[in-house]
Order: sequence, then C-alpha cells, then structure tokens
Amino acid sequence: MVEMKSFCEAGVSMQQVWVEGGLTLCFYFTLVPSVLLTLLFLFGTLLCIWYSRYGTDMEPKFVPRSGLYRLQVGLSVLLILQALGWMVFRLSWSAELPGYVVLYGCLSMLGWIWAVVLLRLERRKVLVRDRTRGHSTVLLLYWAVAFAADNLAFVSWMSPQWWWSLETSEQQMEFAFWLVRYFCSGLLFLLGLKAPGLPRRPYMLLVNEDERDVEHGAPLLGNSDEDQSTWKDFGKKVRLLVPYMWPKGSVLLQLLVLMCLGMLGIERAINVFVPIYYKNIVNQLTDGSSWKTLAMTVCVYCLLKFLQGGGAGASGFVSNLRSFLWIRVQQYTNRVVQVRLFAHLHALSLRWHLGRRTGDVLRSIDRGTSSINSLLSYIVFSIFPTIADIVIAIVYFISNFNAWFGLIVFVCMALYLTLTIFITEWRTKYRRDMNTQDNNAKSKAVDSLLNFETVKYYNAESYEVGRFEDAILKYQVSEWKTNASLALLNQTQNLIIGLGLLTGSLLCAYFVTEGKFQVGDYVLFGTYIIQLYTPLNWFGTYYRMIQNSFIDMESMFKLFTEEEEVKDEVNAGNLYFRQGKVEFENVFFSYTQGKEILKDVSFTVLPGQTVALVGQSGSGKSTIIRLLFRFYDVQGGCIKIDGQDISKVKQSSLRAHIGVVPQDTVLFNDNIRDNIRYGRVTATDQEVEEAAIAADIHDKIIGFPDGYETQVGERGLKLSGGEKQRVAIARTILKAPQIILLDEATSALDTQTERNIQASLAKVCANRTTVVVAHRLSTIIGADVILVLRDGQIVERGRHEELLAKGGLYSDMWQKQQQAQDSDSASDSETKDRKSEKLQPQTSTTAHRGH
Amino acid sequence: MVNKNSKKRTKQNALGNETEKASFALTVEHERDGNVEQISRRSAWQDFRRKVCLLVPYMWPRGSVWLQVLVILCVGLLGLERVINVFVPIYSRNIVNQLSAMENWRTLAITVCVYVLLKFFQGGGVGTSGFVSNLRSFLWTHVQQYTSRVVQVRLFAHLHGLSLRWHLGRRTGDVLRSIDRGTSSVNNLLSYIVFSIVPTIADIVIAIIYFVTYFSAWFGLIVFICMFLYLTLTIIITEWRTKYRREMNTQDNNAKSKAVDSLLNFETVKYYNSEGFEVRRFEDAILKYQACEWKTNASLALLNQTQNLIIGLGLLAGSLLCAYYVTVDKFQVGDYVLFGTYIVQLYTPLNWFGTYYRMIQSAFVDMESMFDLLTEEKEVKDTVNAGDLSFTKGRVDFKNVCFSYTAGKEILSDVSFTVMPGQTFALVGPSGSGKSTIIRLLFRFYDVQSGCILIDGQDIAKVRQNSLRSYIGVVPQDTVLFNDNIRENIRYGRISASDQEVEEAAVAADIHDKILSLPDGYDTEVGERGLKLSGGEKQRVAIARTILKSPRIILLDEATSALDSQTERNIQASLAKVCANHTTLVVAHRLSTIVSSDQILVLHDGRIAEQGRHEELLAKGGLYAAMWLKQQQTPESEVSTEEQPQEP
Repeated sequence: MVEMKSFCEAGVSMQQVWVEGGLTLCFYFTLVPSVLLTLLFLFGTLLCIWYSRYGTDMEPKFVPRSGLYRLQVGLSVLLILQALGWMVFRLSWSAELPGYVVLYGCLSMLGWIWAVVLLRLERRKVLVRDRTRGHSTVLLLYWAVAFAADNLAFVSWMSPQWWWSLETSEQQMEFAFWLVRYFCSGLLFLLGLKAPGLPRRPYMLLVNEDERDVEHGAPLLGNSDEDQSTWKDFGKKVRLLVPYMWPKGSVLLQLLVLMCLGMLGIERAINVFVPIYYKNIVNQLTDGSSWKTLAMTVCVYCLLKFLQGGGAGASGFVSNLRSFLWIRVQQYTNRVVQVRLFAHLHALSLRWHLGRRTGDVLRSIDRGTSSINSLLSYIVFSIFPTIADIVIAIVYFISNFNAWFGLIVFVCMALYLTLTIFITEWRTKYRRDMNTQDNNAKSKAVDSLLNFETVKYYNAESYEVGRFEDAILKYQVSEWKTNASLALLNQTQNLIIGLGLLTGSLLCAYFVTEGKFQVGDYVLFGTYIIQLYTPLNWFGTYYRMIQNSFIDMESMFKLFTEEEEVKDEVNAGNLYFRQGKVEFENVFFSYTQGKEILKDVSFTVLPGQTVALVGQSGSGKSTIIRLLFRFYDVQGGCIKIDGQDISKVKQSSLRAHIGVVPQDTVLFNDNIRDNIRYGRVTATDQEVEEAAIAADIHDKIIGFPDGYETQVGERGLKLSGGEKQRVAIARTILKAPQIILLDEATSALDTQTERNIQASLAKVCANRTTVVVAHRLSTIIGADVILVLRDGQIVERGRHEELLAKGGLYSDMWQKQQQAQDSDSASDSETKDRKSEKLQPQTSTTAHRGH
Repeated sequence: MVNKNSKKRTKQNALGNETEKASFALTVEHERDGNVEQISRRSAWQDFRRKVCLLVPYMWPRGSVWLQVLVILCVGLLGLERVINVFVPIYSRNIVNQLSAMENWRTLAITVCVYVLLKFFQGGGVGTSGFVSNLRSFLWTHVQQYTSRVVQVRLFAHLHGLSLRWHLGRRTGDVLRSIDRGTSSVNNLLSYIVFSIVPTIADIVIAIIYFVTYFSAWFGLIVFICMFLYLTLTIIITEWRTKYRREMNTQDNNAKSKAVDSLLNFETVKYYNSEGFEVRRFEDAILKYQACEWKTNASLALLNQTQNLIIGLGLLAGSLLCAYYVTVDKFQVGDYVLFGTYIVQLYTPLNWFGTYYRMIQSAFVDMESMFDLLTEEKEVKDTVNAGDLSFTKGRVDFKNVCFSYTAGKEILSDVSFTVMPGQTFALVGPSGSGKSTIIRLLFRFYDVQSGCILIDGQDIAKVRQNSLRSYIGVVPQDTVLFNDNIRENIRYGRISASDQEVEEAAVAADIHDKILSLPDGYDTEVGERGLKLSGGEKQRVAIARTILKSPRIILLDEATSALDSQTERNIQASLAKVCANHTTLVVAHRLSTIVSSDQILVLHDGRIAEQGRHEELLAKGGLYAAMWLKQQQTPESEVSTEEQPQEP
C-alpha cells in the first residue's frame, strides 16, 4: 500500500526552500494553499458577519440571469476537481505519498468551496448601504492571489524538479494540471472584475424604480439601523479619540508622550533579545564553553529579563517607567473630558434634564471617562506592541530559522485574530444587554432611595427590595451569558495556541534530531512562542475591552452630541438693560407636539410694574415664567425686554437680570449660609445675614444649634416647606435682580409668616418689574395688572377692581374665595354680638360725656 | 510521602508566621506613632479577623447544594492546576535532555506532545486562561453571581430599614458608590484570595520543596529568600501607600457627590447663572482627586520596581549557580532549562501578587465602607416581641410627648392630646412650631424621647412598624414622584390595584381630566422626582395615592397648599368624603380650611398653647383669635376697597 513516510519527498530536507535554482515543490505546495485559505478564512468570515447582520435578501426579479455567472461557478468547481485530481494523480504515480500533497489537496478544495459559497452569498444578498457594484474586495483579492500564486511557478523555471522541461510524462501531466489552474484562476479574476452575477446598478435604485415596492424600501433601511456593530463609524470614533492622546497646550505632556512611545520601541527590541540570549546560554552549556563567557551571557540575559519583566510584559523596568510617565498624560485626558462633559450637561435644556435619569447619566459619565483612558492604554500600549512583536517574530523566524516557522507563526496568528474577532463580535449583543440591565438595576436603586419617604408612606420596602432583586437577576442572566461566551473565546484561543506550539515544537525537534538545528534553537523557539502568546492571551481581553470602551464612549459622546435646545445665536450680545419693560407678543408654546400650552399670549409689563398671573393649575402660569427665564424658546411670537428679543441675547446676560423664587425649592447638600450665599457667590457673611433677616428666617437660623453652619440634607429635606421657601427668598434678595419672578413664592407659609414675607418682598420689588404667580387672590390685590389665564390664553386682564366690576372669570374666583370667608363671617356674627353687648357701657359713657 | 507532607505543612506554617510577624511589627510601629497618627494611618488590616468572618459566609453558598458542589469542584480544579504547574517545566527539561542525548524520534515526539498538552491545560504562562483555569472561572460564575446578588439585596433592604434621620443626612452619591464598591469588593476578595493568593503561595512552597529535593538546598534557599524578601517588601510598601489610596477614594467620592448635587439642582444652577461656578468647583474636586491619584500611582511604580529588582536578583543568582553546576557536570543542560522555566513560571503570577495585595487592601477598604452601612443601627426598631397593631376604632392619644431631632433643641415639650375615633383634628401654628413633627412621630419615622403615643390604647413603640403604617395614610407637604408613568405613580398607593381603581382614585382627586388631556394619558412619563408636573398636579397625585390606599387614619400635611381656590374646593369635597368616619389629622396654614374641625390645637414653640373648637378658641381671644384676626384683616381691606366704588 501507499506509505506516507515524510512531509516532503524522500531525500529532500524540509529545511531547504530553494534548491537547484528554484523553490522546492514541498514548500511551494504548502505555502500557496495555506496563505490562500488563511486570507479567505480571515476576510471571508468578516464578510459573512457583515452580510448576516446588515444584508437583506435580494428580490429574485432583480437577480440578473447570466451565463457568465455559471461560468464563474463552473471554473471554481473545475479548480476543486483539479486539486482532487492532482492528489489522485500523485497517489497513482508513486508508491510514496508526501504529506504536502495531501495538505495541498485538502486545503485547496476547502478554499475554492468557500469561494463558491461567498460567490453565491453576494449574488443572493445585498447590503442596504451598498453604493457600489461588483464583487467584494475579498473575492477579488482571493482570485488575484490565486492567479499570482500560479505565476509564482515561473520563478523556478530553471529548476530540474519542476515540470518546465516536459521531458517525462509525469512532468507533462504536472504541466497540464498547472495549465488548468492558471487558465481557470486567470479567467476567474477577469470575470470577477466584470461581476456578471450581480446587478449593474445599486440595488436601492432598482427598488425605487419599481413603484409597487416603494413601501418595502423603508423597512429595509429601517432594519439596518438596528443592531449596529460596535465598529460602525469606527473612523469617526478614532477621530474623536485622537485629540485626547496628544495633549495640546502642554509641551511637558507632549514630551512625555514621545518618551512613552520611544520606550515602546525599546521594549520591542528587548523582546527579541531575551530568547536569543536564552538560546546562547543553552548552546554554550551544550558546547561546554568557558565559565567566564557563560557567566557573562547569563548576566546579560538576567539584565534583559529585568528590563522585560517576569513575562507578563506589564511590570518590567521599561514598562514600569513608561506607565509612571504616562500617569500625567492620562490624568490630563481624564480631567479634560470630565470637565468638558460636565459643562456640557449644564448647558443642556431644562427639557432634557426633566426627562433624564441621573443614575444613567452618571454611569455614562463614569464609564465614558474610563473608556477613553482604557482605549488609549489598550490600543497604544497593548495592541500595537503585540502586533509589532508578532511581525518582528515572523521576520526573525524566516530570516534565522526557516520559512516553515514563519509560515506556522503567520497562520496561527491569523487564525487567532480571526476567531477572536469573530467570537467577540458575536458576543457583543450579550455585553450590550448586560450594560442595559446594569443601568436598569442601578436606576431602580437610585430612584427608590431618593423616594425614601414615599416608600415608607406606603409600606413598600418589600416591594422595592423585590423589584431590585428582579433587576439584579435580569442583570445576572446577561452577565452569565457574557461570561460563558468569554469562556468559549478563551478556549478557542487556547486551542489555536496549543496547536501552533505543537506544530512548531515537533518541527523544531525534528530539525534538531536531523542535526540542522542546535538544542538552543529548540529552546529559543519554545521561549519565543510562549513570550508571544503571553500578551496574545490578553489580546482577546483587550479586544473585548476595546469594544466595551467604544460602547461606553458611545454613550458618553451621545451626551456630548445632545443638542443644546436653547442656544445663544452666533452674534448674540448682552442684554442691554435700561428700564425693565417686558413684552410678550403673540407667544405660542408647547412642551410636546399636539399639546399647546400657550396660544397667542400677548401682554406688557411696564417698568416697575407688578403683574399677577392667576388661573387654574396647569393653565400655563408657570410656563410663562419659564419662557421669560428662557428655559425654553417660544415656538411662535417673541418675548422682549426693553425692546430686545430675548432669543437674540446671551442667556447668561438675560438671567443675570432676573431673579426667580420657585414654587418648589431645592437646597444643596451644604450649610445654610452657603445655600443663601448661592444667590451671589461673592457675598460676605454680613450680606448673607442681612438677606436672611429680610426674608424673616434669621431668627430661625440663629435658633438652630449650629446656626448658619447647620447642614441641610439632600435637596434640603431637613427644613420645612416654609423654611425652604424663605431660604429661596433670601437668595433672591441677595442677588438683587432687576426683574423678579415669584412662582407661588409664599404658598407654603402660614399667615403670619406670609405677611412678614410680603412686606419684605414689597420692599424688594418696589421699583422693580415683577411677575407674580399666585393661588391666593388676596396676595395680588395690589398688583398693577392681573392677567387671568385659562387653557393657555389670557381671558381677562386689568386691575382688581376692574375685573370684579366686569363680573367674569376672575370675579367668580374671587367670589369662591369670599364664600370661604363668608362662612367664617357667619361664625363671626355671634362674636360681634357679644362685643356689642360689652361696648354698651362705653356708649353710655360717651353719651354721658355728651351731656 | 509522609516526609513531604510534613515538610509542606512546616513551610506553610513558617510563611504564615512570617506574615503574622510582619503584621505585628507594623502594629507596634503604629503604637509608637501616637494616637492621632494611628487613627489617620489606620491599617486596612485592622479588624482583619472580623473582616474575614464577614467574608466567609459569602464563600460558602448556604441553601444551594448545587452551588456548594460547584465550589468544591472549583477548589479541586485549583489543586489540579498546582500539579500541572510542576510537570510543565519537568517535561520541558525532558525534551531538552532528550534532544541533547539524541533520543529516537518516536520517544521525542511523544514527550513533545505531552508537554504541549500540559501547556494547553496550563495556558500561555499567565495562568489565567488555560483550559483548567478557564473551566474553573466558568463554573465559578454562578457562585459569584449568587454572592453578588445576596449582598446587594441585603444591603438595599437594610438601607430602606434605616431611619428617616439617616436618609435626610446621607449623600446619595456616596451611598451608591459604597454600594457599588462594596459589592465588587466581596467578589474581588474571594477571587483574589482563593484563586490567586493561595494558589501562588502553594506553588512557591511546592517549588521550594522540589528544588530542595531534586536540585540542591542552595536553590531552595535562593527561592525562599527571594520569596520572603518579596512578600515582606510588598507588604511594607503596600501598607505605606494605604493612606494615599484612602485619600484618593475620599476625593473621588467628593468629586462625584459634587456632580450629583449639581445635576440634581439643575434649575437652581440656572436661576443663579452658576454653570461656571459649578464647573470650576467640579474641576477643583477632580484636581484634588488627581493629586491623590498621582501619589497612589507613583507609589505603585515604586512597589513594582522593588519587586522587579528582587526577582531579577533571584533569577541572576539561581541562573549563575545552575550554569556553574552544568559546567561541572553535576547537572544536565535540561536542568538549567528547567530552572529557568520554573522560576519564570513562578514569577509571572508573583508579579500580580503585588497587584492582588493592593486590590485586596482596596477591597477591604471598600468592604469596610459597605459594612459601615450594614452596621448602621436602625434608629427605630421593632421590639423583639412586637405584635401587630390591633386596630379597633382609631383613637389616638399623645401623652406627655417630648422630642428633639438633636440634643439641646427640643421640638416638642410635654405635648398631650387625644383624637377620638372619627374625629378631625387640626394643627396650626407658625412654621417650625412642630406641626409636621407630630405627624412624623405618629407615623413613627422617629421614636419619642419621653411620653408615649397610643392608638386604641396600644403604644406604637411596641407594635410592628409595618402594621402601624398600613393603617395610616399621609399626604405630604412636598410630593415626590417616581421615574415612571402616572398610572404607576398613583398605583403606588396600593400596588395590587386595578387600572379601574386607579382611575377612580384619580377622579376623586380631581386629576383624571388633566391626565386624559396629556398626549400619553396615564402612560405619560414623569421626570425625576416628578419635576414635569406642577406643584398642584403633584399634590393631587399624592392625594390620589392616599385615596387608593384607603387608610384608617389620614394625616394631611398642608395637603392643598399648592392648589388654587377652585381645585382646592374640589379636593376638599373629596377629602371630606374620604375622611368621613376616619380619624384625621390636618396641618394647615389656611385657617379657613379647618374651621369645621372637631378640635384645633394651636402649637407654639413645641407646646400646645390652645385647644378647642373654632368658636371656642375665638371666644377665648388668645393666639388663635389673633391669627384669625390677621387673616380677617385682608378681607376687611378688600371690603373697604369695595365700598369706595359705591360712594360715587
């Protein structure tokens, strides 16, 4: 029977690549299918992922019928058959079957089969974003390399081992097989340029031309937006990242960056010399070199090892020094991003803040900031060095060992990277889901803790704990999937490394037994491969972390790209305050589409006037104040102050002139003094106390054990509603604005305190333009103008007496409040009667005096 | 066999003793530094035994045999890894020796295959991604998740059990950070100690025994001295840099708290044009944090370099000695390869030892913060034999109640009153006079300092809080809403209520029409703490919640203060229906709303100054009458205003 004795032919050494003026057949027929299959596997896998994720089936009527496509398929099948035939030919011709013949046959068949699969895939599916026609780069590259490989045979024209002399029938058959390969691959490449099996025009244009299918176009486009890859907009993300790597504005930091990069280079050199010196030691031990030489080599080796570190590559002297220097750069980046993002958040609109979840936002900030540093660390200090090490190793092995070793390292690395990327892409969805669930769990915790009192009011602790546990369980289901897929990734990587190590070790040991290598060369190979694989183990982790960091960075940059709803115009100037005339002209506004809050509202507040807004809850009173403060921009009409449209002036200058006493006061986690001082951050302690006196809270504050240093809890929960509102009033008094907006400023106060506050506010508001929102009509009787709002429109306006005389909505509201008073009056009648009796003697006295 | 085991135990004890000696020496040094410095430099290892006791229950998952089997299996895999770690360098030596001796190809090929298989099990040298390690990590996921879930849920439940006083004083940002770090720290501690530190130390002990047995005592001595120096210096330097780490954590918390506080107060920041101020404050906080971070990282660099130096010296000494032995033919070439491979294999995880030690320290610090939360005493606790409140009629008695939030500032002084079943009581008085405090005490957010509060003759301090609160409904002064839709916010009053019941409650609270007019109706999302709704709308949601709850005792804390007159009238009618035949306490500013109360208590400086019906108090001519007259002055001025037009 046929006997496979060795990989190459008998008498031909595996070490030899070039003999008698040509490549060895053994090397040629191993190189070609290995490289071809590796390339196709690497890029073809990516292409399949791309099509399966973003592709959609092409409608049959748009698939062109073409005989040339069948020719493409036929040629590929013919190439599969020729590989099989060649293997059978070699088997029948010789009693000895070299290993490389089997390798070539199997790998070639696999490669061409895969090419056919890709060919059919491209014909049946289409990428929605496809703007080009023709085959993908992958297939064109495959056909081109296959054709080039067949041309590579010409370099061995002079070699007697090849078939060019055509002297024997065996050589004639070999030549025939080569001709088939050459012709078929060349024709495939030419046909590939023409792409007969694919539509000649972009698919979407074909769909749009057919009116009956227009409706189907939108879903196709819509689908592509879902399930985006992490690598989508990769270029844009890298561009976002680059400015944070090069610290502008600091020459010292730039020098540090350059030094760190230089140290990366040094590390690469060290990584080559460590195994070389190890080899030298073993060889010198085997050869029995002198002790002096040996000791010198050992010392140098240990020094290199010290510089390199214990093998993990992360804590050697050079690496350590580089990390130390990088601290400053990292901190600079970290600080810039956080501060910039924080400033951006405060520039966003009230609408965004009302709708956001603080827990989610904070998490995005934390993760986003960390992700930038992680990305820089992983890409610059881990991925690039690792790839550089691999390339250097391949070059070294080809130069100093044998081309076989370079091939082994190349194939293993390519497989490793391909499978790593493939599996990591596959598990992205688990990772995203895990992040989402984590955010949900944390948001529930935040929400629940912030609403502590409400939870207590309704005995809902168990409910909250149950809900929290459910959220955690959901998170952990996602976490398990993430970890399980990570285990799969690790095992796949480990398997490839093991196979590569096995192949290389066996080959190296074989060469040593044949006397081609020394013992030290085996040690060098083992050491070098393990040294390469050690950081490569981290490659999967780094790839995953880079992916995660891109996701986290994605969330953060979404915050950055959140448009500021209310923006100052490019040429906006400062508000030029003169007298304080406020005008609303035909104002329309709605918070959401379809629910108009204000409809054609027009009114004027003359300088120094007090205008009151009254109406039902939700009739738009508070909205007018928010618009005047420019938390939102109007949809129609305009708002003017001293004739200047507030949408055309700078927001900060507008707000500098307006003081607001809000309906719902919130305090900072700080002491009372600083909470009041917030009105004007530069105010002195004395000014703070004067404002507190004016707001009738000074005595209360002095009554606290810690006085003005008393800490108030989160959002001021420790103070009563009335006390909080008086703090807000004190802030406004301290700010001393020219326009004052009171949004039910005294609604939480008792009668006595309200009277005191009203007196203080009267002093503050004297000669200032004031807009008041109130429920108690009694508090706005003195207003210059009262506007009655209903359903977003001004239905009445005028002074108190005028509106009463008119007998409209205001009059009704007033009457209703009077009814409450009347019932009190009914009770008073008895009291008055009693007083009348008591007063009679005085009357007599008076009468007596009259006499 | 017996000898090896006894040697192994002896070595382990020796290492343990050395560690204890180091800790003791550090303790002595701390004592000499004095009390103040000792407090500031408190070691993370203080209360080490207590912390380990805290940690152990989370390693052994009680209640799940399946998880316990997983734990045992993981520990078994750890042992398997130790065996593999010995044989990998041995087989590496065998290959080199066989190559030198020119063995036949078959034997050589088998040895290479076995070596590669062992390498596959071990992984690429880092020891964290070999097949066995990977399998162990995979199995451990479930155990870790169990631990994480138990800790988080327990802590969360505990936080909700803490008192109102604690919640009012806490900073949410700090608490959340402690929760996150604490939860991670428990898992990290288990991972580092069980799966990293112990295996590494075991490997070192095995290596020393192996070298002493098969090489010479010199090699064992070299390895021992290097390991001892390594561990000692690692511990010393890591202890030294603990203070930097703690300070960094503190500054990190400060920076995050400032961000949280600022974002939560977004509107106030806008009101006062303080964006610039907030950004500068935030940047200052980050700069402080980064100064601490630099110190932490710089000291880490020093630690790494010290470790690297020790490893380098050990490798140098051992390599030279081994090479010498080979030249004098005591050893074969493969033995040198074995030594080199084995030492590098030992040192690789040892590089991580410093990191693990630091992370264990950090994890202990984080766990410390978390357990501080867990050990926060519940201020208001149910007594051991507390039973359920047996509600019969709803009589409420306050007897000689004294209470203060902080020592020296008494809020309530000797307050006594009785609310008969079905009665409506009103509490009036200036702001801060104690009105809201009475409601909080009745709800038992706090316990009284003296006196007692009875419901149907039962002291509320001796009944279960759950049962007490289930009978009481509160409409607070300052309503907060959850981040959810309106329907769920109303349903919070009774979680099991149907949609129809929710809508009925909304109708009764006069907010149903308003909700329907919103584009999303009942599914409208309200923003954080309900900021999207107006004050009046929020209060009506709170009223709807209470209506849905149908409590037996109703506490109204200025429930309608944010409503306009018309809406207030509607609500008053609904509340009147709800409160009919219910014991009710009302806190109000507007005296007009409590004219019809059965009893009115006038509070002044924490005492009941007057008590009686509206007419009685007016007749008495005291504080209440004065308040009433002040409110009457406003209508009188209005009347006088009205009279003027009549004159013409």
